[in-house]
Amino acid sequence: MAEVSSSKAARTLALSGIRGRAASVSIIPAAPAERVSLRARPEDVTALSSALELELPTKPKTSATNNMRTALWLGPDEWLVIGDGEGESGLMAACAASGVLCSAVDVSHRNTAIWVEGAGAAAAINAGCPLDLSLKAFPVGACTRTIFGKVEIVLLRTGEESFRVEVWRSFSDYAYALLAEGALDATF
Amino acid sequence: MLLIHCPYCEEDRSELEFRWAGEAHIARPDAIADITDEEFAEYFFLRNNEKGLTYERWRHIHGCGRFFNAARDTVSDRFLMTYKAGLPKQPVPGVSATEKTVETYEQTEGDAR
Ligand SMILES: [Zn+2]
Repeated sequence: MAEVSSSKAARTLALSGIRGRAASVSIIPAAPAERVSLRARPEDVTALSSALELELPTKPKTSATNNMRTALWLGPDEWLVIGDGEGESGLMAACAASGVLCSAVDVSHRNTAIWVEGAGAAAAINAGCPLDLSLKAFPVGACTRTIFGKVEIVLLRTGEESFRVEVWRSFSDYAYALLAEGALDATF
Repeated sequence: MLLIHCPYCEEDRSELEFRWAGEAHIARPDAIADITDEEFAEYFFLRNNEKGLTYERWRHIHGCGRFFNAARDTVSDRFLMTYKAGLPKQPVPGVSATEKTVETYEQTEGDAR
């Protein structure tokens, strides 16, 4: 009878090992993260915010960051909360401990993320995304769900030349390829 | 590219992020099991398909995900205004009520050769 190994199988990132090469843009898979899709009523935002130790943003296109946790406004009652680290950041436990009625779904493995950085980062994303990514319209900390070519993404600007692209795992090949294509055209 | 104002995101966004969702302000009958087949057909299947000012539901599906209402001109394809779901039908300043044009095949295509 075959020996059953007790060691855990290693999980491989959807875009493991990939590196974008273009003069003005780097495209790098982000480390695994814990993610929660959170829906809640306006009156419960305060309780959830204190449970998550993070002010859930209530203004469109804004995000809030505290202690390796980031909450992204997606809709009037909807947030994507991202915690660094794999399963250890306690987001689900925090939502459960809030004591309010909410919908918190662990989508850690549904999404994967891509860092797009460099002088041509916005141009590379604009290759497939119609958003105005000027600093005036989309400042550091701005975030939104939007469209990138044929796939839906959640875009977060973490710096003047730095973006986190959250994309469904099975679409990540496509998103990466289109970003790489866009990066080649981003000349600065 | 057509820009559509999302009343929830409070800004103009590309049409690529939106989906059309049919005629707006259609109220579901209260006692839907009691109405006649004709009344049900009127509620469920029949739409006005008006020329000019029309009220539609749209959804910011690749954005905030919300449904909202839009007043749109079906001739020019212009969005005249958008407003949040649940609000009553909003008058559009400077636009009179829809002209009740009935177009027949002969009127529109009769001269086509
Ligand atoms: Zn919106």
